[in-house]
Amino acid sequence: MNRTFLNQLPPERIELGLPDKKPLMGEAEARSEADRCLYCTDAPCIKACPTEIDIPTFIKKIATGNVTGSAKTIFEQNLLGYSCSRVCPVEVLCEGSCVYTAWQHRPISIGKLQRYATEHATKNLDAQIFTPKAAVAGRSKKVACIGAGPASLAFAGYLAIEGHSAVIFEKRATPGGLNATGVAPYKLHAEDALREVEWVRSLGVEIKTGVEIGKDIKGAQLLAEYDAVFIGVGLGDDSRLDVPGEVGVNVHGATAWIEKMKLDPRATPIRGCTIAVIGGGNTAIDVARECALLGAAEVVMIYRRGADEMSGYKHELDGGRKEGVRFVTHAQPTGFVRDERGALLAVTVVTMKDGKPVAGTERDIACDLAALAIGQSKLRAIAAELPGVALDARGCVVADPKTGATGNLKVFSGGDCINGGKEVVNAVADGRNAARHLHALWSASPIPTRFTRGGP
Amino acid sequence: MADLSIDCAGIKSPNPFWLASAPPANTGDQVMRAFDAGWGGAVWKTLGDPIVNTSSRFGGIDYAGGKVMGFNNIELITDRPLSVNLREIREVKRRYPKHAVVVSLMTETKHDWQTLIRKVEDTGCDGLELNFGCPHGMCERGMGSSVGQEPKLLTEITSWAKEFAKTPVLVKLTPNTGDIVEAGIAARAGGGDGISLINTIKSLIGVDLDLLVPNPRVGRSSTNGGYCGPAVKPIALHMVAALAREKQIGIPISGIGGISNWRDAAEFIALGSTSVQVCTAVMHHGFRIVEDMIEGLSSYLDSKGMKSVNELVGRAVPAYEEWGDLDLDYKVIARIDPKTCIGCQLCVTACNDGAHQCIFTGPGEHNRPAHAHTPGKAKAPLPLPIGTLAGDRVPWVDEPECVGCNLCQIVCPVTGCITMEEIPAAKSETWNQRVAAGRGKVPGGIHDDDV
Repeated sequence: MNRTFLNQLPPERIELGLPDKKPLMGEAEARSEADRCLYCTDAPCIKACPTEIDIPTFIKKIATGNVTGSAKTIFEQNLLGYSCSRVCPVEVLCEGSCVYTAWQHRPISIGKLQRYATEHATKNLDAQIFTPKAAVAGRSKKVACIGAGPASLAFAGYLAIEGHSAVIFEKRATPGGLNATGVAPYKLHAEDALREVEWVRSLGVEIKTGVEIGKDIKGAQLLAEYDAVFIGVGLGDDSRLDVPGEVGVNVHGATAWIEKMKLDPRATPIRGCTIAVIGGGNTAIDVARECALLGAAEVVMIYRRGADEMSGYKHELDGGRKEGVRFVTHAQPTGFVRDERGALLAVTVVTMKDGKPVAGTERDIACDLAALAIGQSKLRAIAAELPGVALDARGCVVADPKTGATGNLKVFSGGDCINGGKEVVNAVADGRNAARHLHALWSASPIPTRFTRGGP
Repeated sequence: MADLSIDCAGIKSPNPFWLASAPPANTGDQVMRAFDAGWGGAVWKTLGDPIVNTSSRFGGIDYAGGKVMGFNNIELITDRPLSVNLREIREVKRRYPKHAVVVSLMTETKHDWQTLIRKVEDTGCDGLELNFGCPHGMCERGMGSSVGQEPKLLTEITSWAKEFAKTPVLVKLTPNTGDIVEAGIAARAGGGDGISLINTIKSLIGVDLDLLVPNPRVGRSSTNGGYCGPAVKPIALHMVAALAREKQIGIPISGIGGISNWRDAAEFIALGSTSVQVCTAVMHHGFRIVEDMIEGLSSYLDSKGMKSVNELVGRAVPAYEEWGDLDLDYKVIARIDPKTCIGCQLCVTACNDGAHQCIFTGPGEHNRPAHAHTPGKAKAPLPLPIGTLAGDRVPWVDEPECVGCNLCQIVCPVTGCITMEEIPAAKSETWNQRVAAGRGKVPGGIHDDDV
């Protein structure tokens, strides 16, 4: 198979300097950890997983050495089980609900075990975990997806397994969505994300990059040519502060900056720099930790409210603290200080009290580079391309979270563009649910709780 | 502190913990290091005409992450010259006069036995153990378990040994026999002073699924070996107790089979062992384990007010009865402690799939299975105490339907969370009493009409 996407990745990328925070387990380590699993009935870890992977079953399969079977159990529920194993906030999902946790024992390392099973089982991209069903004339349908992120990949992959034809249009040159461009590299490198994309392609999914719907192909054309259209566009550009000095070198939107680190060999080196990260959410802490790990001299996270109001996961914030990230709270940036040549010198902040700036508290925090992690805009234009698709007040696509159905009977949607920005695993769940719903509709059968197994 | 010293069939030892005749008791160096660690005695690895061993020779069974649940070997008796062994035994006895040095023997003709016993006893050893148990290699040459499986032969060779021996003779029995009591009676009939059991169980430890050759693999093939380790303990306990309660036998027992710690040892002693022998646990963890064995047994005896380990010997034997003598009116039911339950619900699945379908989750009323003893609904108990670990995941027992099988308690990972509570009974009747009273027939049998 042609590994187009893997081959186009530049070899020199900043992200490669970041260590793997949760390295791949060896066989002995995996089996010994799998043996610890109690194999709970109606296990809480399953319920905590947005894709409801049958975790005790896949873990017991690792314990017996049935690694392919284990991966199959994972992929039946979560086709992107590999990237999820690496990027999921397991501390607040499956592992956080492990019965060992309440018992004051270390929970089972579910994320690492899931990586072990999925990485080994898909090491050879030609090894077929699933054998996609052959297309049946009249019964097999054609679907198009907009955006090649986790939601679309799951949607297209599951339908391809069921014998439908699925094509994904991606406006970027690189598919994978945030897995390729936005996930903290110490969790997942771009090439790992692209290997997974290649694996989904091996199920028969076609991916066309550099194609923007609305520009290169009109929405009406998609609706005319395909039986269903899936919107999985995610979110748009990073939000801006709109303060003086913001426009210029070295003030980046956080996701744009992460994308540079992951994909662009010309990105600014971080070592020795002072970095200001604006924001208190998970993207902010991701950027802050990445910079700290890349050898920044100082990383300051600037947040307008108190530390306990930061929306970043506690385990991530704690991890950042240990890595040297300094938190400046109750501080709102009011501008960026630049020298006469435009070089960034500092960010000016004002102290906030009860949500209001306190006069006379303005001060400069020196920085060589600033990242704005205060949210992302919504890709509102897509709704205009597809009649009947509505946006809510936030700009999110209105869709039924159980089926992905929108106001247009042929259009479905899932992922960040409907939820405003959640985890990869939520996007996979949305894509899968929409695929299940559609396949059941087309085959006039009840919605399955699991996809039919292919393979030997 | 309780006195741990024992006298097993005339063999005295500062404590009941002996190394079994096996690789840990192969050389003087090992035995002396074991004595330094605290072992009370050692049964020297079987002497006879030296043999040639294979490579490889051991195999183990792991279970759920634990290593060496069971162990098997195809090693034979000593492969070292007799003179070397004898010199070392003499040296050990010289340096450790108060420790028990028993020598395991295996040979063929009466003349061989006479010569071997004379040479061995000349070292100053404390006793002999006749190896009638080895189930691999030696039995094919007419020795080991081929003797232990043939009561007449067992009696005859024991009587030869007794004819020549001046020190006490322990007869080591094989479990690879239909009725261990028959073998015990034969050992006693031959004049044995005591009985050691069990030797290993004839076994194939597993198969290499890549090569499709059993383990332990010796080139292109393997052979059956002797199985031991923690997994065989229940088999050994039964055999020890079966001999201990047989009045025709009445000689001391040295218990062997999966003993890994003081609790195991105390169980063997309570079922009639005077000394206990250990091999696999030492092969797994070394001689150092004896420190805990001594302390643990000693504390246990103290806690039970026993001044000597001898007070424990056989104390549980009278409670080993035939099924027909068990009280059919005795009743226990399972209780789940909501405070310590972690909500894994293993008991729910175990009860539902493997027992009597009487553990439920969730509030309110639940349908009992169609075969329930009492028709009607199972009712959840009152709301759970606040602050439990597992909250609403704590299961509950439909007590009227619980038969007291213990399964939930067995599978529960939290020791002490599920207890089996005794329900006082108004009467007491055994099966044998029922039969005697003419009520030995239970309705629904082969000859009953269902319609």
